[in-house]
Amino acid sequence: MIIKKPTKKNILWIAVVLITISFVLKEFLADTLITTCFMLVTALLAGIPVFKKALVALRYKIIGIDALVTIAVVGAVLIGEYWEAAAVTFLFMLGDYLESRTIEKTRSSIKTLLDQAPVKARVRKGSQEIEVRPEEVMKGDHVIVKPGEKISVDGTILEGSGYIDQSAITGEPLPVNRGVNEHVFSGTIIESGYLIISAEKVGDDTTFAKILELVEDAQDSKAKTQQFLERFSRFYTPAIILLSLSLYLVTKDIVLALTLLVIACPGALVISAPVSIVAGIGNGARSGVIVKGGEIMEKLGTVKVIAFDKTGTLTYGKPSVAGIQAFGIKEREVLRIAAAGESYSEHPLAKAIIQKAGEVSGPGKSLPEKSEIITGKGLSFTLDSVRYYLGNRKLMMDQSIRIDEIEEQILSQERKGHTQVLLANSEKILGIITIADRVRGDAKNAVSKLKSVGIRHIVMLTGDNDRSAKAISNELGLDEYFSELLPEDKVRVLRDLQEKYGRTAMVGDGVNDAPALASSDLGIAMGAAGSDVAIETADVVLMSSELDKLSYVIGLSRSTVRNMRQNIYFALLVASLLLAGVLVRSVHLSFGMLVHEFSVLLVIINAVRLTGYKEKSR
Amino acid sequence: MAKKTYQLETVSCPSCIAKIEGMLKTISGITESQVLFNSSRVKVSYDEKEIASERIKEKIISLGYNVLGEK
Repeated sequence: MIIKKPTKKNILWIAVVLITISFVLKEFLADTLITTCFMLVTALLAGIPVFKKALVALRYKIIGIDALVTIAVVGAVLIGEYWEAAAVTFLFMLGDYLESRTIEKTRSSIKTLLDQAPVKARVRKGSQEIEVRPEEVMKGDHVIVKPGEKISVDGTILEGSGYIDQSAITGEPLPVNRGVNEHVFSGTIIESGYLIISAEKVGDDTTFAKILELVEDAQDSKAKTQQFLERFSRFYTPAIILLSLSLYLVTKDIVLALTLLVIACPGALVISAPVSIVAGIGNGARSGVIVKGGEIMEKLGTVKVIAFDKTGTLTYGKPSVAGIQAFGIKEREVLRIAAAGESYSEHPLAKAIIQKAGEVSGPGKSLPEKSEIITGKGLSFTLDSVRYYLGNRKLMMDQSIRIDEIEEQILSQERKGHTQVLLANSEKILGIITIADRVRGDAKNAVSKLKSVGIRHIVMLTGDNDRSAKAISNELGLDEYFSELLPEDKVRVLRDLQEKYGRTAMVGDGVNDAPALASSDLGIAMGAAGSDVAIETADVVLMSSELDKLSYVIGLSRSTVRNMRQNIYFALLVASLLLAGVLVRSVHLSFGMLVHEFSVLLVIINAVRLTGYKEKSR
Repeated sequence: MAKKTYQLETVSCPSCIAKIEGMLKTISGITESQVLFNSSRVKVSYDEKEIASERIKEKIISLGYNVLGEK
């Protein structure tokens, strides 16, 4: 039989039994030899790990809480306060155990992320499928994933399509549809469908692995408050020892001095800030928002100005169908004919039309005949034995199709920076398809939410022309917009905003606004899943493209800071009450320890509340 | 130069951090060390010619902290 090293938990149980026996004996037998023995054994059992740690720490010239407790316990034994010695060590041990258990809770928000890590991968080698560990997959391997399984690499789909739950990466709860040539991430789950993926990033290079590492580092990067508290505790402990010693020399009351030692441990105070930060960052990570560290968490809630980049941030960043007008036929019909006509085209406008037609009435079946591309104007084609023309105004004029009735309207749309594609048969206009880089569906809502959480000034920066910028700015109700900017202009505008209004956050997609993200007080990259540059340069990373997350993360930051303050004030209050209690001799050694450990626990439990933070729906 | 990350059992007191950091500073061969409180991890950069990873691990364990894993 092998005797295993006793775990913390087992020692704790034995200590519980011993302390209970000691207590019963103390109450019923009073001071006998046997009572004393039990108490000493308890103190030893619970105390040995503490004494050991204290000794080792001393070797490296560090006086920590272990040393304080050790001095107190040894002191108590020497003056015959056996019960106090036993109780103090036991309470300290119990506290330590409970604290590590609850601290695990504040970290558990990340654990849910960790649990998403893929554990196996199926790779095609020749005609065989073999199962390997994810880290054994090589770049360029073909990975096969079946319904319900986790994707184990970042890569591009070669075959198949399916609905994928990407919540581990983007925090988006709804599954997304992905097909051939589209990108997928490690750590996401296929809900339905079957994929063969060409591996591009494997193991520690995947977005998933990077996110985990970022979050862990973020939780450990110290906020200003935290740095202060740590510096404080380094001087504090030796100071307390000196104070106790001088108190003893003055009063000659050794119990008083020992009690002061025990209750003055700065545990709750030192831990008050980090636990809140960890819980806050963990909460963000679960919803696909990475806040890179405590200092940024503290700053976020005090932002006065938010500047948005336009393209790709407030808008989708690619042209799509924004509206259809039909004359004498159904809108769907206009779309169907246009999409069929564009079947062979690779033009971005054509892609927008085909995509919209697919959304409205499924994939097109009819193909055009006798297509002719007329460069710079559009194309003509025959469909169901009718000749159609699809293109701009010039094409219509060439075919002498009258457009004077709709000309004014076309011009007004063009002034907004929208593109008009006209569809006509050989006699008249059948429809107009308006194509634009559309504003995101949630942009307006996100802007009004930001105003309601007290952001004073919301602006847009864009390199685009003034007309289209103005239209979007009005539509969203922004306070100000700056158009026709070069990248270096953006940096200048941000600086002006900082001077005028205060702390400024810049929101961009990280693609071409890296300098602006870097020069603002806080750079927020959006839709960053898959873009390493954005993930690395920004202070706050929104993995998905949900603008809604901005007001959530600002609220989270404020809650985190509030939580931290509550903890600090509470810890200070308890410490000063205890100190007062000791000085008027109404607090005893073991009772002081009990209150102290309890206050540490309360501070941690308060931080755990943050892991459940959700934005109030207005 | 090699880099290693050790996963420790949950570190619950901030003074533990100072202790482990102080200890690592005294070992010759370690050029850089960082103790992460929240993830209970120790990251070190060390010179393999001067000290073996096993030795660093033993040192951490002798301080009273179990090492659960390394990578």
